[in-house]
Amino acid sequence: MLGYLAVSFAFGMRVCALGVPWWLAGLISFTNLTSAGQFAGTNLFLAGAAFAEIALTVLIINSRYFLMSLSLTQKLGTGFGLFQRLSASYGVTDEIFAVAIGKGGKLSPRYMHGLILGPCIGWTAGAALGGVFSSLLPELVVSAMGVALYAMFIAIIIPPARENRPVLFTVLAAITLSVCFEYIPVFKILGGGWSIIIITVAVAALAATLFPVKEEETAGE
Amino acid sequence: MNNPLYITISVLIMIAVTYLVRAVPLVFFRKEIKNRWFKSFLYYVPYAVLAAMTFPAIFSATGNLSSGIAAAASAVILAFFRRSLLIVAAGAAVSALICELIIAAV
Repeated sequence: MLGYLAVSFAFGMRVCALGVPWWLAGLISFTNLTSAGQFAGTNLFLAGAAFAEIALTVLIINSRYFLMSLSLTQKLGTGFGLFQRLSASYGVTDEIFAVAIGKGGKLSPRYMHGLILGPCIGWTAGAALGGVFSSLLPELVVSAMGVALYAMFIAIIIPPARENRPVLFTVLAAITLSVCFEYIPVFKILGGGWSIIIITVAVAALAATLFPVKEEETAGE
Repeated sequence: MNNPLYITISVLIMIAVTYLVRAVPLVFFRKEIKNRWFKSFLYYVPYAVLAAMTFPAIFSATGNLSSGIAAAASAVILAFFRRSLLIVAAGAAVSALICELIIAAV
């Protein structure tokens, strides 16, 4: 719960410092329930990006949920009609997926809804609070807190990259390309969203070709 | 933030795409993906996305290159030693703040 609050708080602070009102930060968190996906989408509409760019970026970044939903279908117990499937879809996140898959036996709709409730509240409240705080704190502190969300992304990718060579390769290749896209003038024609799409697809495809993962490793982040 | 219609449509697109990615498999599919390459691809996506979104954006997140670099370095070091999400974020923000205070004082 604290983890959700912290990440969404950092999201709220960051996007509100960029000009999003606090209630919209909370609303985006509540309706999207993602981290990287909603942050990228928000950055893009703040930059005035095309709708297609926003849609494709969010699609690629969130594509992993497709796989998670797909494996969740194997775990659903009886009682999952169309309505229960539609409502459970709302809450397929990295963490909820990991807990749901790790639970023994089949899942009930009640269990899934209970599992989704906590993160949903923490995620929404955190973003709104972050937004409110960013308007109250001194500008110097808000600007320093702007790095918090990125630091959390670093905290997510570095530990597995330490232990897993293919992940380290993926991270380093993505950073290298991203820096090139930013600083080499030729690539400047591409908007921020397109370069993230291209980098993600290219690097993940290369890593999948070079280092196909074993069955049990594909279950989560 | 000066065009409410554009922002509303953008947010609706984000909601719709995110929801459909999750709902389509849950509602329509009953079988698991067997293709190993595709599973591997989806496994690597989060790492590639997060790395590309963070670098080099973190360097300019404070509006000042040196405090951005200080924050990134602190975060990488703390994360390397497996500190928690909160510690890594706080360490990076404090480094950036100290760096900004030094710059302001000089």
